[in-house]
Amino acid sequence: MNNLPYPILSTIIFLPVIGVLVLLIISRSQETLLKWVALIFAVATFLLSLPLFINFDKSTFKMQFVERHDWIPAWNIKYYLGVDGISVFLVLLTTLSTVLCVLISWHAIKIKVKEFYIAILLTCGAIAGVFCSLDFILFYIFWEAMLIPMYLIIGVWGGPNRIYATIKFILYTLVGSVLLLVGIIFLYLYGGTSDILELMERTYPYTMQLWLFWAFFAAFAIKVPMFPVHTWLPDAHTEAPTAGSVILAAILIKMGAYGFLRFSLPFFPEATKSMVPAMLTLSVIAIIYAGLVCLAQKDLKRLIAYSSVSHMGFITMGIFALNSQGIEGGILQMINHGVVTGALFMCVGIIYDRTHSRQIADHQGLSIPMPVFAAFAMVFTLAAIGLPGTNGFIGEFLTILGGFTANKLVGVLAATGVIIGAGYMLWLYQRLFFMRIHEKVVGLPDMDLREIVTLTPLLILVFWIGVYPVPFLDFMHPSVQHLLERVNVAGGMQEMNIARTLMEVIR
Amino acid sequence: MKLYLLIPFLPLAAFVINILFGRTLIRDKAHWVSCPTIIGSLVVSVITLIDVINGKIINEDLYTWVVSEKFIVSIGFLIDQLTAVMLIVVTGVGSLIFIYSIGYMHGDKGYYRYFAYLSLFVFFMLMLVMGNNFLVLYLGWEGVGLCSYFLIGFWFEKKSASDAGKKAFITCRFGDFGFALGVILIFLTFGTLHYVPVFDEVKGVAGQTINILGWEVDLITLIALLLFAGAVGKSAQIPLHVWLPDAMEGPTPVSALIHAATMVTAGVFMVARCNPIFNLSEVAMLTVAVIGAVTSLFAATIAIFQNDIKRIIAYSTISHLGMMFAACGVGAYAAGIFHLYTHGFFKALLFLAAGSVIHAAHHNDIQRMGGLKKYQPITYITMLIAALSAGGIPGLAGFFSKDEIIWSTFASGSPVGTLVWILMIAIAFFTPFYSFRMIFLTFHGKFRGTHEEEHHLHESPPVMTIPLMLLAAGALGAGWVGIPTILGGGAHIAHFLEPVLGHPELHGTHAQEFGVMGLSTTIALSGIVIAAILYLIKTYLPLRLAQGFSGIYRVVFNKYYVDELYNLTIVKPGLWIADSFIERFTDAKIIEGIVNGVPRSIGRFAGILRKVQTGITQHYAIIMAAGVFILIVLILW
Repeated sequence: MNNLPYPILSTIIFLPVIGVLVLLIISRSQETLLKWVALIFAVATFLLSLPLFINFDKSTFKMQFVERHDWIPAWNIKYYLGVDGISVFLVLLTTLSTVLCVLISWHAIKIKVKEFYIAILLTCGAIAGVFCSLDFILFYIFWEAMLIPMYLIIGVWGGPNRIYATIKFILYTLVGSVLLLVGIIFLYLYGGTSDILELMERTYPYTMQLWLFWAFFAAFAIKVPMFPVHTWLPDAHTEAPTAGSVILAAILIKMGAYGFLRFSLPFFPEATKSMVPAMLTLSVIAIIYAGLVCLAQKDLKRLIAYSSVSHMGFITMGIFALNSQGIEGGILQMINHGVVTGALFMCVGIIYDRTHSRQIADHQGLSIPMPVFAAFAMVFTLAAIGLPGTNGFIGEFLTILGGFTANKLVGVLAATGVIIGAGYMLWLYQRLFFMRIHEKVVGLPDMDLREIVTLTPLLILVFWIGVYPVPFLDFMHPSVQHLLERVNVAGGMQEMNIARTLMEVIR
Repeated sequence: MKLYLLIPFLPLAAFVINILFGRTLIRDKAHWVSCPTIIGSLVVSVITLIDVINGKIINEDLYTWVVSEKFIVSIGFLIDQLTAVMLIVVTGVGSLIFIYSIGYMHGDKGYYRYFAYLSLFVFFMLMLVMGNNFLVLYLGWEGVGLCSYFLIGFWFEKKSASDAGKKAFITCRFGDFGFALGVILIFLTFGTLHYVPVFDEVKGVAGQTINILGWEVDLITLIALLLFAGAVGKSAQIPLHVWLPDAMEGPTPVSALIHAATMVTAGVFMVARCNPIFNLSEVAMLTVAVIGAVTSLFAATIAIFQNDIKRIIAYSTISHLGMMFAACGVGAYAAGIFHLYTHGFFKALLFLAAGSVIHAAHHNDIQRMGGLKKYQPITYITMLIAALSAGGIPGLAGFFSKDEIIWSTFASGSPVGTLVWILMIAIAFFTPFYSFRMIFLTFHGKFRGTHEEEHHLHESPPVMTIPLMLLAAGALGAGWVGIPTILGGGAHIAHFLEPVLGHPELHGTHAQEFGVMGLSTTIALSGIVIAAILYLIKTYLPLRLAQGFSGIYRVVFNKYYVDELYNLTIVKPGLWIADSFIERFTDAKIIEGIVNGVPRSIGRFAGILRKVQTGITQHYAIIMAAGVFILIVLILW
């Protein structure tokens, strides 16, 4: 299957780490060299990850580019990597984001430059590891390893209130992670292996499924974040430096949604099914609630952060709709959200680099000094509100279609999110770019070449996925069908399991 | 190479070139990119029309757009009689407006941006009318809305302009919310979104019901009403009409193209396109007819009291769109489309002539105009032709289409038809009345502005007046393709559209048809006469009437306070909930209260616990003794 001359997934995870080692031996006074080395490693990782897109076999749901080695033989723990149609784009999104994060921080980071790029490379490598791991222990190590550099990114290079935000971020995430760890240990002891694919093949008693579902849910829901455990995200986003926000929005919070798809659905199908009403309800609340909160925001980054919560609501709704359109829409929307919200945070960063203010009210009339930037921001705004022709439309439409198929009311309520979305995004755009020019923005320089180069790949993706999404959707079909079969075949057993549980209770 | 693909993609190419190179290279030569491409589209559209007349209907897919299991949708094109007519309206009127814009927008600093957006608009509009499935329709539908947003807010430094653009987009989104759900429901019912299979199978679905929150609702009715919700937004019908008058903040040629001739008619086009669905639901048809007719009268009454020349025409547009819906609602789709086609000419002409007036007067207030006919003879004559055509004066384009609608409603034989007919007759009076009020106040009498302003009055350059004259020819003669048989014509357009739109059932004799025609003509002429009395002869009367009926006058003058109502019931409460309730209460107090409260109470609990450890041996001894005592009691119990 893997006929490449190099182990591609290990390369994606560990090439950034090698980059870190190189950065370590460079003197901290050579800032330009440090940046270039970080950039070269990020670009190299990205280029080396492209065969994932080109060589991927779209006809199978099986894991591809598999690497499997003994790691701790005594405990039957393996170093086991692979990707399928669900994870492949998340890996690619991670490698692309790494490059863009390095580029967007070029002038914005002025203190501890060396440590900053080390943290960025480590975070991205670890997140890629999360998406590739097929062994529970390995997965959990990456899942936690990612936290430490991320903690530093916000805590060291963040805004004035960064300490509060980081502690909140870490505590929130750890609460979920602890329960996840308990769940993983339980599965490991129950199954005698930590091989994810092997454990996935088994069936578990309904009661056990329910307990484990909630244990995993705690971790994933906080990461997504779902309502009502979303309040860490606005604080983390607001205080994080631009690159930190981009990592958060583009890839870190995708780990939650990915977790649902990789673990919750196939491991605990009956529990998932019985929890669908609750999950859909929380998703719809997130869509509308967070959308409304956006209308009240005066801080740019907080607004985009809340819009993120709203958009992630569409993704979880699609996933728990448990049908092809919903899940494929959800996966596509994960990519879209990474592209669009990542880009929007970069736009905020571009503004912040110039005015050092995040207040919406300080930036009226930006399109006069910065016409090129206004055009870029317009495209991403339109993608965020799901205009046909942009990527946001395809994902949003498929998830709403999936949600509507699962439950009409859910579909209808989610569709109101589209109106609210247009409301807050266009209002934001008007207050930033239109109307009489604010004195603070007079004479600001337009985007420079570096900034244009940073945003252009995302611009291309917006239109590519919007106009011709079939190549992307084709990757997903077999994996999603396989996942749905797994969920649905188990469906008949649900009643049996409930009966069995009842018997146990009576006894 | 399929020739018809040039129709939408030429304007798209113009957009791409202008937006990429307009600011730095092309600048004030942007029209050299945009105008030739739309004229190219027009030429190909004419060739396509001839093909369609010769019986060549195109329905083919370009490529597969979205696939997810059974959900398979292509980018594909359907070119039939209905599309062919729409192509001519869009590219024909569009070409003239593009050329006119060269003069009107001359020297504007956003010149390249203007032509870029205009080309993009034409691209989306063409996709809207050419698509062969609902998702491509939706693509065009949202796309034209976007361009409308750009162009209304074209002078974005003005707060009112950027507000109006945003209002248009968001108001339409309310309708699109329904439209999108309608499209989803169509897919779930038919398993496809392509027109042909949906319309083929729609009869089999008639009578099925769907459970919505415990209510059994007729499926076809629900689909039709949801689709119509989209049309209500886009075509500015009650209750979503509020955006169109504000949209007049945009440059006048934009109002002519987007807010008169093309985009706002998309709703009518969509209803006509979906006629197999609408025909199966009496409730939906009734809704379409009543909303159309009521909106039409409602807007006509508002138009009477407006003083902004563009807003008068905007309300007139809403009124005419209402008539088209009324026609569709009684099954006379061909009459609706016929009116859409003639309306495209005379309404675009009214707007462009108004633009020519504004170009000279530098403001929109007709109370400060007057006597302009001696400065702007061409503008005057062309606008007069447009007003006569709009007013339904025999022989002109508007007459034939309007007469067709009035006759169809009369002859439909249903009670709704009769009600709609009565409203139509009332509108037949108002339309010429407000049109001629505008003409008389603008062009006749004495100039009422300052000397300074009078000094600047002049006729517009040929690049503007030539499109006016060409459109005037259209406003005069475009209706001749649809002269009814009783007047010796062939009713060609109705026959041409029959394969797509069917034939309405009409019950009436020739005598009745002549009678209805005579009645509406008399009423139309009396509208002009009364306008002449009030605004030419006894000019003191309008003021006195306004004072005499000040209550009614104020309500109508303020557009029935609909904007104020929405502001009070939707905008303000929405923002209040977002800000005071969710942001400051639920999110900040409840959720954050718990999030920050848990660690805080753990901290407090630890603080209490810490006090136990005093470090004094006696305390520990007492606690130990107490513990031993409790244990003994428990064991011995």
